Amino acid sequence: MNSFTEYFRGIFNGLRSLFQGLGVTGKYFFKPGTTVTQQYPNNRKDLKMFDMFKGEVIMPHNEKNEHKCTGCGICEINCPNGSIEIISATIVNEDGKKQRIIDKHIYHLGMCTFCGLCVKTCPSQALAFGQEFEHAVFDRTKLTKVLNQPGSKIMKGVE
Amino acid sequence: MEEPIKAPVPEQEEYVINMGPQHPSTHGVLRLVVSLKGEIVQNVQPHIGYIHRGIEKMCESITYPQIIHLTDRMDYLSAHINNEAVCLAVEKALGIEVSDRVKVIRTILSELTRIQSHQLFWATFGMDLGGLTCFFYGLRDREKVLDIFEETCGGRMIVSYNCPGGLMNDIHPNFQKRTKEFIKYFRDTLPEYDRLLTGNVIFQERLKNIGTVTREQAIAWGLTGPVGRASGLSCDVRKHNPYSAYDRVTFNEIIYNEGDSFHRYKVRMDEMWESMNIIEQLIDNIPSGAYAEKMKPVIKLPEGEYWQSVETARGELGVYIVSDGNKNPYRVKFRSPNFVHLAPLNLMSQGAKIADLVAINGSLDLIIPDIDR
Repeated sequence: MNSFTEYFRGIFNGLRSLFQGLGVTGKYFFKPGTTVTQQYPNNRKDLKMFDMFKGEVIMPHNEKNEHKCTGCGICEINCPNGSIEIISATIVNEDGKKQRIIDKHIYHLGMCTFCGLCVKTCPSQALAFGQEFEHAVFDRTKLTKVLNQPGSKIMKGVE
Repeated sequence: MEEPIKAPVPEQEEYVINMGPQHPSTHGVLRLVVSLKGEIVQNVQPHIGYIHRGIEKMCESITYPQIIHLTDRMDYLSAHINNEAVCLAVEKALGIEVSDRVKVIRTILSELTRIQSHQLFWATFGMDLGGLTCFFYGLRDREKVLDIFEETCGGRMIVSYNCPGGLMNDIHPNFQKRTKEFIKYFRDTLPEYDRLLTGNVIFQERLKNIGTVTREQAIAWGLTGPVGRASGLSCDVRKHNPYSAYDRVTFNEIIYNEGDSFHRYKVRMDEMWESMNIIEQLIDNIPSGAYAEKMKPVIKLPEGEYWQSVETARGELGVYIVSDGNKNPYRVKFRSPNFVHLAPLNLMSQGAKIADLVAINGSLDLIIPDIDR
């Protein structure tokens, strides 16, 4: 007799647990307002990443095409996997002194692990993280970027 | 009279199949060579090394701040806690005391990491056992934690937010508000997890008394974290050897004595409540102060050996650094919980069915990149 009631209680409790789970899914089925799906490729226009988002390393330029990079090479030393290469040049500035400037600030996006050490250690805050996150390209060479824009100069007052 | 055709595999003959390296329930590239007799598992031999990157060796050629970003890539679900372990080891070696603000923020973020890791565990465990709904529900809630990470740290899983001496940058002004919103939301949502999966009769039948580990075996095999605590072993590093701000919060160490797969699952579910309690104690009183100590540009540890262990979402992670006084470590060893938890898989699954092997493997919550490093 005892095992008989146990048997039916087992069936009843089992069915109840299944319907309890179905109740949860049913609640969301009949409340479409609770869905959180983002229509990703279609919402590109108003998709905004967080300010801190580490998309890729960029070098911000102002409206006069000037950047803050002095070519000191601290980012190159701090990069754990060699994604930054700095090719510097020496020019004679207005005061007649020799000055070391960057010729090319080469950034290998394919090697970057987004640790943020280059941005953090830069003494003149010349580097920043961009918001771009769609990095897929057809050719690997397109992942090598030159961060300083052509014809750009160093901002005045940055040592 | 023709002879009857014999079955290709006689019933009593042992045969060997490969589970993995591309099997969805091994959660990565783990290859299990399983010897079977019928459906009964005789022997499980894990073959590892498919995602070996030599992180320990790589650490020997880079500086201490650069090691941080490699530890993200070991146990990617407890990335923040891995970062913290290296930072604490380096700070201990240099004798630096970080500010209270850093300690509290690190603790909050560690607990958030633990919550999101257990959410993903719940999601994938449900999926392994045949409930695909859990996967969507778990990831839906995990997204909210990842948004908190993304806003403050800049990364979602691979955060790299700690650095020796403090944090990379200060917390975002929205951090407290978002975290409180999440806790409020998740306190309402977590009972839903229980209704959906924990009480489910099929789920319970598949897990109870499967893969039982006794307390003695847990000690012998060095099991820690939720796996050890389900067997009645009190092994929480946060309780026994508090680091960061764990000495100033009150929380319970979840211990069950049964040691089977179901209680390994229960420990994780209860730990999420405890993590929320810890965050609630700290989130309103983050002390003011510097978010990072002033460090030398080149960090050189004094000659010697340093050890720091922390409690990740899976168990005890130990960082052992041998320094010869240079800017690079002489040797780095990570005592990773997943490697240790893989070892008794054979013990747990001998005599079980092959479907139970999936349940046992899921209840261990293995992260393969942490095993191979």
